[in-house]
Amino acid sequence: MNVVWEWDKAFEVLPVLLSGFFQVTLLVTVLSTVIAAVLGLVIAIVRRSAPRPIGRVVGFVVDFIRMTPIVVQLLFAYYAFLNVSPIVIGIAVFGIHYSTYMAEVYRAGIDSVPESQWEATTALSMSRYRIWTAVVVPQALRATAPALGNYAISMFKDTPFLLTIGVVEMVQAGLIFGGNNFKYLEAITIAGVIFLLASYPTSLLIGRLEKRLAFSN
Amino acid sequence: MEKRYGDNVVLRGLNFDVAKGDRVTLIGPSGSGKTTILRLVMTLEEAEGGYIFVDGEPLTHEERGGARVEMKGSHKHRLRQRIGMVFQQFNLFPNMTVMQNIIEAPVHVLGMSKKAAIAKAEGLLEQVGLADKAHSHPLELSGGQQQRVAIARALAMDPEILLLDEVTSALDPEIVGEVLGILRHIAETTDITMLIVTHEMQFARDVSNRVLMFDGGRIIEEATPEVMFSNPQHERTQSFLQAVLGNPMVEAAE
Ligand SMILES: Nc1ncnc2c1ncn2[C@@H]1O[C@H](COP(=O)(O)OP(=O)(O)O)[C@@H](O)[C@H]1O
Ligand SMILES: [Mg+2]
Repeated sequence: MNVVWEWDKAFEVLPVLLSGFFQVTLLVTVLSTVIAAVLGLVIAIVRRSAPRPIGRVVGFVVDFIRMTPIVVQLLFAYYAFLNVSPIVIGIAVFGIHYSTYMAEVYRAGIDSVPESQWEATTALSMSRYRIWTAVVVPQALRATAPALGNYAISMFKDTPFLLTIGVVEMVQAGLIFGGNNFKYLEAITIAGVIFLLASYPTSLLIGRLEKRLAFSN
Repeated sequence: MEKRYGDNVVLRGLNFDVAKGDRVTLIGPSGSGKTTILRLVMTLEEAEGGYIFVDGEPLTHEERGGARVEMKGSHKHRLRQRIGMVFQQFNLFPNMTVMQNIIEAPVHVLGMSKKAAIAKAEGLLEQVGLADKAHSHPLELSGGQQQRVAIARALAMDPEILLLDEVTSALDPEIVGEVLGILRHIAETTDITMLIVTHEMQFARDVSNRVLMFDGGRIIEEATPEVMFSNPQHERTQSFLQAVLGNPMVEAAE
C-alpha cells in the first residue's frame, strides 16, 4: 500500500484534533501544571523546614514517584480508582508526578537564596510565614521560573500517554479518526505540528519571562 | 560565653556588660571573635555555653536547676525585636523596593499600619539622604546607598540595641565618610545602645564611650577611646593600633 498524503482528509481531521487539543490536552496541561507548581513548592518547603522524620517520609514518596514511569502510574491510578473519571485521574497523576520534579527545582531555588538573606530576616525578627512568602519564595522563584516552565512543556508533550487510560486527548482523537477513515498519517502529522506550534512560542515566552524576572529593571 | 566552631574555640570565658546607652567599639585583629559576639547577640549563632541577658532577661538560654535550658521561640522572638543589626554586606532584600525593605518589619512584626510605616520610612530615608530612592530596587543603588538603606531599615524597628559589624568595610573609600557621618548623627541624636565593630578608629573615637580590645576571643584591654588610642597599655593593643593606624593617633591627639 502506498502512503499518500490527502489534503481533504487533513482538513477534515483538523477540527477533530483541535477540539481534542483544547478540550483535553490543554486543559490537562494547565490544571496539572498548577497542581504540580503548588504541590512541588509545598514538598520543597516541607523537606527543608519540617521535622526530620516527616521530611524523610516525603523524600521517600517523592523518590518512589520519580523512579516509576508515568504510564505505570496512570494505569495504576486508573485501576485503583475505577469510579473516578479518567480525565480526573490523568490531571491528578500528571500533577503529582511533575510536582516531584518541580520540588527539586524549587529546592535548588531555595538553596540559591544566600544565607545572608536568612540572617537579615532574623535580624528583623520576621515571622516564618513572612520569611517564606516575602523573601525566600520570591527569590527562589526568580531562579526557578524557567525550569518550571520547561517542565510544563514536558508535561504537555507527555499528555498522549493519557490514551493508555482511554482519555480522548488530541492524539487519541486523531487515531480514532484514522481508524474510521483508514487514514492515520494526516492526523498524526498534524497533531505533531500542533504540539510544535504550541510548545515553541511557549518556550520563547519562558525565555522572555526569565529576563523580566531579574531584580532590577 | 563559650563558642566553638568544631575544634576551634572562638570564645572562652568571655564576660562583659554593656550599660544602656553605651557605645562600645570592639577592636582587635581579624579572627579575634568580634563578629561572633555580634552574631551571638543577634541570635544568628548558638553558643555552646554561657548566657546573654538583655535588660535583665535571658536571651536564648537560662540557667534552670543547674542546667542550661533553651528559651522558648516566642521569648527569643520578642526580645530579638529590641535588637537591630547592620551587616557588612548590607543584606537588603533584592526582590523588594527600598520602601518595602524598610516597612516590612514595622508592618508585619510590630503591626504598624502601612501608612504610618511609610511615613516613618520616608523620614528615615530623608535622614540618610535617599528620599528620592524609595521606589528603587536595592541592586540599582551603589554600595554606599544600599548601606544607608540598611541603616534606615534597622532604625525603622526602633531598636534599643544596634549592632554594627564593619558596616563600611565593603564600601569604596570615598563613600565611607558619608555613611559614618550618618551613624555619627544617629549616635548624637538617639540613646540607642550600640555595639560597633570597625577599623575606622577616628569614628570609634568620636562615637564610642568604651573600647574593648579583643585578641583570641578574650578582652585583653578596655578603656575609654581617649586612653585606648593615645595611651594603650597592652603590648598587643599597641602593635594592633600601630598596624591599623599606620602611625599611632597619639600625634593627632596632641
Ligand atoms: N561559620 C564559621 N565556621 C567556622 N569557623 C568560623 C565561622 N565564623 C567564624 N569562624 C571562626 O571564628 C573565629 C572568629 O571569627 P570572627 O568572629 O569572624 O572574627 P572577627 O570578626 O574578629 O574577625 C575565627 O577563627 C574564624 O575562623
Ligand atoms: Mg568580623
